[in-house]
Amino acid sequence: MRKSSMTVQELPGAVAYRPTPPPAWKPRIDPTPLLPDPEPYRVLGTDAAASVAPELLLKLYAQLVRGRRYNTQATALTKQGRLAVYPSSTGQEACEVAAALALEERDWLFPSYRDTLAAVARGLDPVAALTLLRGDWHTGYDPREHRIAPLCTPLATQLPHAVGLAHAARLKGDDVVALAMVGDGGTSEGDFHEALNFAAVWRAPVVFLVQNNGFAISVPLAKQTAAPSLAHKAVGYGMPGRLVDGNDAPAVHQVLTEAVSRARRGEGPTLIEAITYRIDAHTNADDATRYRVASEIEAWREHDPIRLLEQELTGRGLLDDDTKQAATDAAEAMAADLRQRMNADPVLDPMDLFAHVYAERSSQLQEQADQLRAELDAEGEER
Amino acid sequence: MTTAAVQPAPVKPATMAQALQRAMYDAMADDPTVHVLGEDVGTLGGVFRITDGLAAEFGDDRCTDTPLAEAGILGTAVGMAMYGLRPVVEMQFDAFAYPAFEQLISHVSRMRNRTRGGLALPITVRVPYGGGIGGVEHHSDSSEAYYMATPGLQVVTPATVEDAYGLLRAAIASDDPVVFLEPKRLYWSKATWSAQDPPEVEPIGRAVVRRPGRSATLITYGPSLPVCLEAAQAAEAEGWDLEVVDLRSLVPFDDETVCASVRRTGRAVIVHEATGFGGPGGEIAARVTERCFHHLEAPVLRVTGFDIPYPPPMLERHHLPGVDRVLDAVARLQWEAGS
Repeated sequence: MRKSSMTVQELPGAVAYRPTPPPAWKPRIDPTPLLPDPEPYRVLGTDAAASVAPELLLKLYAQLVRGRRYNTQATALTKQGRLAVYPSSTGQEACEVAAALALEERDWLFPSYRDTLAAVARGLDPVAALTLLRGDWHTGYDPREHRIAPLCTPLATQLPHAVGLAHAARLKGDDVVALAMVGDGGTSEGDFHEALNFAAVWRAPVVFLVQNNGFAISVPLAKQTAAPSLAHKAVGYGMPGRLVDGNDAPAVHQVLTEAVSRARRGEGPTLIEAITYRIDAHTNADDATRYRVASEIEAWREHDPIRLLEQELTGRGLLDDDTKQAATDAAEAMAADLRQRMNADPVLDPMDLFAHVYAERSSQLQEQADQLRAELDAEGEER
Repeated sequence: MTTAAVQPAPVKPATMAQALQRAMYDAMADDPTVHVLGEDVGTLGGVFRITDGLAAEFGDDRCTDTPLAEAGILGTAVGMAMYGLRPVVEMQFDAFAYPAFEQLISHVSRMRNRTRGGLALPITVRVPYGGGIGGVEHHSDSSEAYYMATPGLQVVTPATVEDAYGLLRAAIASDDPVVFLEPKRLYWSKATWSAQDPPEVEPIGRAVVRRPGRSATLITYGPSLPVCLEAAQAAEAEGWDLEVVDLRSLVPFDDETVCASVRRTGRAVIVHEATGFGGPGGEIAARVTERCFHHLEAPVLRVTGFDIPYPPPMLERHHLPGVDRVLDAVARLQWEAGS
């Protein structure tokens, strides 16, 4: 375009017409620093690995091994009829574990239904984390006590909650950060858009972690978005987007920790896209062979988060047989305890159905509670 | 718009709009956890000026102009409530509240229940509703039945200036989420109340008899109360002494007050703007029939909006229940067969 193309031809005697920008327009922010790197950030197998403390690597390793065992145990519990359903995070343990470890105790975690492991890695009792999926209640823990929001089933609807909580904390002067977890499919939801927009406008101390595991049940990312990457979506909201190898535990941990620190410093939200893969089907009720090929899964098994970290630890002489055995033993102990406690029938009180609908029970609900009580009493007499 | 309404001393006589503003003003002054958020609620004071002056008095952090996104407004309010705040959310118009529906149904209404009381959400969702103001499409819906059908929500609607104040204070003070429906055609209705003596704050859930009578009961709420009172006045000429019950609270529902009235009169007509089919009147008629069957001299009748999408403004008068339609229904209450 010629430089003078915005002016009309100046004829002799004519008044020069030089358009100016629209009056309300002014330049806003430079998008360049917000752009994600062209490739996912990695630590393992790169020069950055040397600077990661061995203690952190070993901590991540123990948690990954425990997380994998948790996933296999929970999946087994579905087959035994002890869980109604289990959306496995096998293959995604690095994201789940790093999310938990990146937070301080006062911070809040906003998990989706696939993120029970993140809650467990944060210290929540696995039985409490699995209450929703067992079906004896919806949320099996006190969210305020653990600073873990209820596992959220309607996709991306927990994201604005995280923004609101972080915003409220900031208004109160508390240096609390909220970490909100969502999948690639969830990024298509309107609540994803609204949450990111509110977070950026309010500079809320919140971090969005998108685990791009390749599929929304059966639908691949190509049918989900035409964006260059999910991390690129951050730029449109005026926040930085980061792209990270989601199976590289120290890399995810580092990127998350940086974003959490940034939020805590009052510099606003970050969107992180972690590239990972859902090794298992969507849930035990899903048949993944209908929409993906085995060779793809095999390629990802080569890039397994535990395997990648083991290679690093072994290469640095940090993983002897005893350390490995200790991690395995701890994971087995967790699984045995989980199995044993989940094999006991939960104690149910049908009257709980009316206990928490409102702060004060209405006369209508009292009538219905009385009806159920009478039915239960009649059942008891029949036995 | 001036900031006259900011002053704690209320204007005399006050409009319903001013009473609502005063309720929020007082609630914010009494409780620092009360936050107002919505579209245009700050600098502008809301499109109906209900939040006029709140941002000026309490600051932008307490009365916040949000991005234009209702799910985001209510969704962030959920998080704010989780952290101990008491958000008062303004939905600009009834039909603009629908984008927030998922947050309301899937989270707001059931958070207490799913967490066994761990996370109560004391959120007030203010929704201007109903017709009669000449609004173009999407500005006049009566959406109360949607909210009533959702367990975990309280649904209230004032019909008088005093109740606008008292019910909104009660809604904000409630530890449960409240859908607060504001009859927008009554925003400019007036009443006198004293600055030293703001209207009483009653707990949510009580209906009130606005006009005692012995012949039949008109059961109504919100924008239809003035219609019913006018109909009751006109009915005197026909020899009918009509009782008028203002529900005020749709959820929880005051069976006691409603049924006591119907048992006295033996006849009932339910009047509301919302559609008849699937509307609140069906539920109310069923409740009254179940509880007062042996006292009824005639079937419970309903006078409601037609079962049509809300009409364009030049036709809305044909849709809205008016005095004549109410009197026609009263005339059909089987007077010959009864007492």
